[in-house]
Amino acid sequence: MDKSEKIALILSGVMLVVFFIGIMYAAIAQDIDVPTCITDMEPFETDTLFQTGPDTYELQMVARMWAFQPSVVRLPVGSTVDLYVTSQDIMHGFKIERRNVNLMAIPGAINYMRVTFDEPGEYMFACHEFCGAAHHTMAGRFIIEAELDEPEVAEAL
Amino acid sequence: MTTDTFRFTKSIKNLNAVLIIIPMVLLFIGIYGGLMQTMFRAGIIQSDPFVGGDYYKGLTFHGVLNAIVFTTFFAVALGNALVPYSLRKHLNSKIAWTSGILMLVGSVMAAIVILIGEATVLYTFYPPLKAHPLFYIGLTLLVVGSWVAFFNWVPMYLQWRKENEGKKTPMAVVGMFTTFIIWFIATLAVAVEILFMLLPWSLGLVDEVNVMLARTLFWFFGHPLVYFWLLPAYVMYYVFMPKLAGGKLYSDMAGRLVFMLFILFSIPVGTHHQYMDPAIGSQWKLLHGVFTFAVALPSLITAFTLAASLEYAGKKNGGKGLFGWMWKLPYFDKEKWFFAYLILGLIIFIFGGIGGIINASYQMNTVVHNTAWVPGHFHLTVAGPVLLAFLGGSLYLVGQFMHKKIRLKGWALISPYIYTIGLFIMSYGLKFGGLLGMPRRTNTGASYANPDSVLYQPDWIFYIDISVVGGVIMFIGIVVYLVSFFGTVFSKGESTEEGSFVTFPISEAYHDEPATWLRNFKPYIIIAVILIVLSYTPVIIDVLQATYGGSPPYSPNSPVPLR
Repeated sequence: MDKSEKIALILSGVMLVVFFIGIMYAAIAQDIDVPTCITDMEPFETDTLFQTGPDTYELQMVARMWAFQPSVVRLPVGSTVDLYVTSQDIMHGFKIERRNVNLMAIPGAINYMRVTFDEPGEYMFACHEFCGAAHHTMAGRFIIEAELDEPEVAEAL
Repeated sequence: MTTDTFRFTKSIKNLNAVLIIIPMVLLFIGIYGGLMQTMFRAGIIQSDPFVGGDYYKGLTFHGVLNAIVFTTFFAVALGNALVPYSLRKHLNSKIAWTSGILMLVGSVMAAIVILIGEATVLYTFYPPLKAHPLFYIGLTLLVVGSWVAFFNWVPMYLQWRKENEGKKTPMAVVGMFTTFIIWFIATLAVAVEILFMLLPWSLGLVDEVNVMLARTLFWFFGHPLVYFWLLPAYVMYYVFMPKLAGGKLYSDMAGRLVFMLFILFSIPVGTHHQYMDPAIGSQWKLLHGVFTFAVALPSLITAFTLAASLEYAGKKNGGKGLFGWMWKLPYFDKEKWFFAYLILGLIIFIFGGIGGIINASYQMNTVVHNTAWVPGHFHLTVAGPVLLAFLGGSLYLVGQFMHKKIRLKGWALISPYIYTIGLFIMSYGLKFGGLLGMPRRTNTGASYANPDSVLYQPDWIFYIDISVVGGVIMFIGIVVYLVSFFGTVFSKGESTEEGSFVTFPISEAYHDEPATWLRNFKPYIIIAVILIVLSYTPVIIDVLQATYGGSPPYSPNSPVPLR
C-alpha cells in the first residue's frame, strides 16, 4: 500500500467517523431521534384526541385506504402532541412538512413520535407509501392557530 | 490462442447473447413506463396508449423489469462471460442453459401478470397488498435461475484453485463471486418471505401474514440487492476501465480489499430502510446505520483507486501537471465508446454516493424517507452508474458473443452523454421536490399537481415539471443506444476464424502486492454471517414481540379485504 493510498484510506475513515459524531450529537444533545419499538400501548381501531396537560395532547391516528383519521387536526400554538399511528388495512405513511416527523403506518404495529408546533400555520402531510388506486388522494393537515379555545378534529379535508 | 482471448462453445455464446437481448426488450418496456410516469406525475397525461390509466401498474413494471429482471440477467451474463474467460475453463452448458431458461420463464411469467394488472404491488411487493401467485412464483424462478448460474461457476473456481496453488484469483472472478455470494445470502431471506409467507397466503392456504416481519425480511434482501446491482459495475470499473483508458489498475490489493469489505458489510444494514418503522428498537436501527457507514468505506476506497488509475492513464497519454491528465482520457474516442459508459457512471456516482450517505444518516432520514428524494437518489445509483455500465457491457458482450462489429459507434458513444444530462435534470427535480415533502410512488398529476384539486401544491410544480424534461432526455438517450444495440444485433456477422475468439479488456495492476490475507473468501463469509446474526436477531425479536394480529390480503382497488 503506497503513501497516497494510506492517506486516502485514513481520510475516508475520519470523514465517516465525523459524520457519525454528528449523528450522535443530534440524537443526544438535540434529542432528535427516530421512532423506536413500543410495547406499552394497547392496539386501537378508532382515532381519538385527548388533552393530557395544559399544552400537551395525545393523538391516536388511524390510516386506512384512503384517508387519515383524523384528516384535519386544529390545535393552539405551542401544542406538543404524542402521536400514535397505526393502519387498519395496508401500509401507509406520512411526513409532516417542516417538522421532524416521518412515520410508517403499518397494520399490526403502533408507531410513535412526539411533535411540537411552535409556529402557527398549516402543516400538510401526504400519504407516502403506495396504498392502492387512490393513494395520491390520501392526505391531511395540522392547522395551528394562535387563538383557539377548543382543539378540534375533522374527518374530511 | 493468445493469452487475452478465449474460445467459448457455440452453445454458451448463444446463451449469453439470449441473456442480453431478451432482457434488453424487457428493459425498454420498463423504460417506456418510466417516461410515462414523469408525464403522469405532471398531469400531462391521464392515460397512456399501451398500458392505460393505471399509473401504479406502470410503476410496478418499471421497477420490476428495470431493477430486478434486467440487472439479474446482466449479472449472470457477465459472470457466464468473465468466469470462464478468466479461469480458462468451460461452463457446463446444460446447467448454464437450465439457469437461463428458469430465469426467462420466471421473468416472462411475472411480466405478464403485472401487465394484465394482477400484480400492482410495486417492486417491493409489501403485503398485505396481494399479487397473483404467478408473480411470486415468477420472481422465485428468476432468483433460483441465478443461483443455478452461480453454482455452475463454483466447481470451476475450486478446480482452478487446486491447479493454480499460490496464484491470485483473477480480479474479475473475485468480483463476480463477491456479487453472487452477497446475492445468495440476501436472497435466502426473500425466499423465506415468499415461500413461507406470501405465496401460501396468496394461494389461500394461510389466512394472515405478519406485515412487519415480511417487510423486515424484504429489507434484509433489499439493501444487499443494491450491491448486487453495483458490484458487476465495480467489476467493469476495476477490470476493464483502466485498460480502456490506456493505463493500469492503480492497486490490485485495494480492489481485493473492496470486494471483501462488501462481503462483510453489505447485508447487516437493511434496517436503515426502516428507520421510520414501528416495532424495531432505535438502538438496532443505529447499529445498522453504523454498518451502513462501514459499507461506504469500500466505495470511498474505490473512488481513490479508480481516480488514481485514470490519472496514471492520463499521464501516460501525455497529460501534464496536477489536473492535465483529466483531459487526456478517451471521452470522445469512438473506438473506445465503452469508456464513456464507465466514466460517466462514476461521475454520477459521486452524487449517488453522497445521497446514499445522507439517507443512511439515521435521524437525517426523517427529512427524506419516502419522499421523491429517494427515487431521485437511486436513479443516481441504479439508473446511473449501474445502468450505464450494464448498457455498455451489454453492447460489448453482444458484439463479442455474436461476433459482430459494433454498428453506429457514434450513436453508442453519444447515448450515455445524453442520458446523463437527462438524469441530472430529472434527479434534481425529484430530490428537491422531495425536500419540500413531495411523496414518492405517487401519481401527483391526479391530485397535488392538479390546480383543480383541494390538494394542489403550487410549490412542487416546478420540480415535477423539470423531472419531465429530464425524463424525456433520458428516454432519447436510451433510444439512441438501442439504435446502435439492435443495429449491431441484426447486422451481418463475421465468420472468420479470428472472429470466433472472445476478448475482454483486462487491466494489469500498477501496484501488485501479494495480499495473501485477501485470497480466501471463507473467513470473510464467516464474519459476515456472524455480523448478520448479531445485527438481525434483536430486530426480529423486536418485530415478533411488538406486533399483533395478522393481515388478510388486499387488492389495490378496494379497502375491503379479499377474504
